[in-house]
Amino acid sequence: MKAILALEDGTVFEGTSFGAAGEQTGEVVFNTSMTGYQEILTDPSYKGQIVAMTYPLIGNYGICPDDFESQKPHLSGFVVREASRLISNWRANMALAEFLKKYKIIGIEGIDTRALTLHIRSAGALKGIISTRDLDPKSLVSKAQASPGLVGVDLVREVTCKKTYQWNSKGKFKVVLLDCGAKYNIMRDLAARACHVLVVPAGTSARKIMAMKPDGVMLSNGPGDPAAVGYVIETVRQLIGRVPIFGICLGHQILGLALGGKTFKLKFGHRGANQPVMDLRTRKVEITSQNHGFCVDLNSLSGQEIELTHLNLNDRTSEGLRHKQHPAFSVQYHPEASAGPHDSKYLFDEFIRSIKHAKKK
Amino acid sequence: MPRRNDIKTILIIGSGPIVIGQACEFDYSGVQACKALRSDGYKIVLVNSNPATIMTDPEVADKTYLEPIEPSFIEKVIERERPDAVLPTLGGQTALNCAVELWEKGVFRKYNVEMIGAKGEVIKKAENRELFKEAMQKIGLDLPKSGEAYNYKEALKVVEGIGFPVIIRPGFTLGGTGGGVAYNLDEFKVIANRGLEASPISEILIEESVIGWKEYEMEVMRDLNDNVVIICSIENFDAMGVHTGDSITVAPAQTLTDKEYQLMRDASIAVIREIGVETGGSNIQFAVNPRDGRMVVIEMNPRVSRSSALASKATGFPIAKIAAKLAVGYTLDEISNDITRKTPACFEPTIDYCVTKIPRFTFEKFRGTDETLTTAMKSVGEAMAIGRTFKESLQKCLRSMEINVYGLDDVKDPEILRNLEKALRYPSARRIFAVKYALQIGMSLTEINGLTGIDPWFLSNLQEIVEFEKKLKGYKGKKIPTQLLREAKTIGFSDRQLAGLWELKEQEIFELCLERNVQPEFKQVDTCAAEFEAYTPYYYSTYS
Repeated sequence: MKAILALEDGTVFEGTSFGAAGEQTGEVVFNTSMTGYQEILTDPSYKGQIVAMTYPLIGNYGICPDDFESQKPHLSGFVVREASRLISNWRANMALAEFLKKYKIIGIEGIDTRALTLHIRSAGALKGIISTRDLDPKSLVSKAQASPGLVGVDLVREVTCKKTYQWNSKGKFKVVLLDCGAKYNIMRDLAARACHVLVVPAGTSARKIMAMKPDGVMLSNGPGDPAAVGYVIETVRQLIGRVPIFGICLGHQILGLALGGKTFKLKFGHRGANQPVMDLRTRKVEITSQNHGFCVDLNSLSGQEIELTHLNLNDRTSEGLRHKQHPAFSVQYHPEASAGPHDSKYLFDEFIRSIKHAKKK
Repeated sequence: MPRRNDIKTILIIGSGPIVIGQACEFDYSGVQACKALRSDGYKIVLVNSNPATIMTDPEVADKTYLEPIEPSFIEKVIERERPDAVLPTLGGQTALNCAVELWEKGVFRKYNVEMIGAKGEVIKKAENRELFKEAMQKIGLDLPKSGEAYNYKEALKVVEGIGFPVIIRPGFTLGGTGGGVAYNLDEFKVIANRGLEASPISEILIEESVIGWKEYEMEVMRDLNDNVVIICSIENFDAMGVHTGDSITVAPAQTLTDKEYQLMRDASIAVIREIGVETGGSNIQFAVNPRDGRMVVIEMNPRVSRSSALASKATGFPIAKIAAKLAVGYTLDEISNDITRKTPACFEPTIDYCVTKIPRFTFEKFRGTDETLTTAMKSVGEAMAIGRTFKESLQKCLRSMEINVYGLDDVKDPEILRNLEKALRYPSARRIFAVKYALQIGMSLTEINGLTGIDPWFLSNLQEIVEFEKKLKGYKGKKIPTQLLREAKTIGFSDRQLAGLWELKEQEIFELCLERNVQPEFKQVDTCAAEFEAYTPYYYSTYS
């Protein structure tokens, strides 16, 4: 079945449908990871986006039951050069196409993903539409133009958990995880470090969180524009200084905003598993997993009690910050990896150390 | 860290004569290193006995000695030139072995020459089976299980802990006489007893067989600040049991989930740190059991290898050049990526195409050689091709071999027709064509996988080529739809192949493609899958 991907600037790509039938709009972005499509598909941060994989051969190892990063895929569409006809992995129990159909995600294959990537690189992330129903390019382009896009839209409320739940039943440290669309591996990494993880909806107030008597608060990753989640920013503002805080990705942006900083939209973002980041304290470089379209403007935090801890070596944007007085720090990238390298797991250990330190006081 | 100023003159040991397993790739790496270090102001003294290399051209090094790569000759060069350092990791195994001998004899100490790249102890640790095993156990990595036995009773105990199949190697016999592979207890009884008999000290080593497991390689780089990056992963089309130099290989790895790939990445980083290669590239080989995902370390090369040359070309990351710079103190974040210019060399290349390498054999020149491929390398060269899909790159690569095929052609070798099962079971240069034949006559992927050990993902891609070829044949004498022509091209069919299928002239296909505007485009090898602008990329032709 034919499928079309159309962009708001009038660019149109024709391909073949390999997932669900239908029509969806979203921001079109590319990811350069060569492995980990399943983790990418199930990462709630991609809510509202149509994701194109730059690696052309996708689906080779199928879908593995243990590799979900949330209950289901959240993205609006999935674009690949060639979807594998056969799956080959001892753990896999489902093919990619079958998975997309099951969760009603539209997939398109057979398009020149490099041409698409080059286009996004020069034009920036664009609004787009992917359809198997309407095959009229003109009509699709106008629908893409009319779609809301990501700026100023609160997507967190669509992916956060409905009510508080325990990830695991016990642990030495009680950590409340403010779920803005958290990837399971954040919970797994905390649980592996003796944390008792309580996952709470993004709308939970600071008062309610403090009433749980947490040893630490984790701010998760999540989709969309950080400036659109004022309520979470306010919660975090009230938590700073009262409990150790660790933020990842959207959680990092929220912490930056809560500290009085500003965020801005990157031209086409960082999405992949090969981004070099320097820890400015040790001058060592870690290869990181990234997925973000917005970025904290460090200049907006200058003169305050904030230290820049991590720097992206590709484009010199900020990747991490730390409060000089209070136990609060965050990184723009994904120390929980999945998909991606494990170089940055030490940050979870730093979080545990700051929890231990705070408990001693 | 800035470049080292305490070193002025560096001795580089070349790879000497061209032999199987060590051809022009080490000329390439040596030249890269000489250029990189000279342009940085170091004086280069080069020893290489092979004057037919680029490396020995007068403008490459400051001083070039055409002398044998043997300790006594190198010592004389050292005595005369008094280099401050020796870089032994760019001239293949010959240079490395020679450097270790010189180190053991105390020559470097005597003349105060520092080994850069890899120290003597490090090379020993990587190359000595026992030391390597100990090191891997220390960092908790799995190796094929093994144990020694001095009588049959002990041997039974060892094999109980390993499980079949096992490889039996008698101790201290020439070329492993009396050893073999046992698939069951009956065979084991015969071979183990024969081995104990054959060994002068009545010792056998019993090792878990990983024949048929999936084989992978990782190209790793490390700098003096302990930054470690993976340049490229490689998956072998041929399963364990065939030397990687004789295997069809593909980059990047195709059938590893992110979980498995990251385990292998973590293991690679742990290995290079534990073995202690301070700077430069290493190649680490792994085997993965396709049935349960168990991963074992096979070996490590603490130097620029044949695979490094392939990985460099496959990714656009110049491993030898960067390795040379790291050896004199630079760190990865201080070196810029030549292709993108604006981003540093401290990153992991990501590619948006598929690379296939196929070894080239010349058994006709080595009459009497057994053509079965084993763990000893027999190929004399290789071809590499890039395509947007495995199918395209495989077909491009096959026609680059100069073996009179123009893609995955029908090669009805008499050996294949006489005994297909044997042609599939025993790896050989013709096996890929035997697989094609098997697919054509309707053998199932499961059955072919069982006989060859080739991963079903690769077989399925071959099957797609076979099926499409069959479809193409149906258009013989008919009007060719443009869409079909285009699709044939994206799957890697050449004009010559299509001409054969449609009984037309090659020129006619060429003209048909022109007329229908089915033309290749040229895409970049840019290290970053188009994320950044490329200033000095190179190009490959493709149809998508």
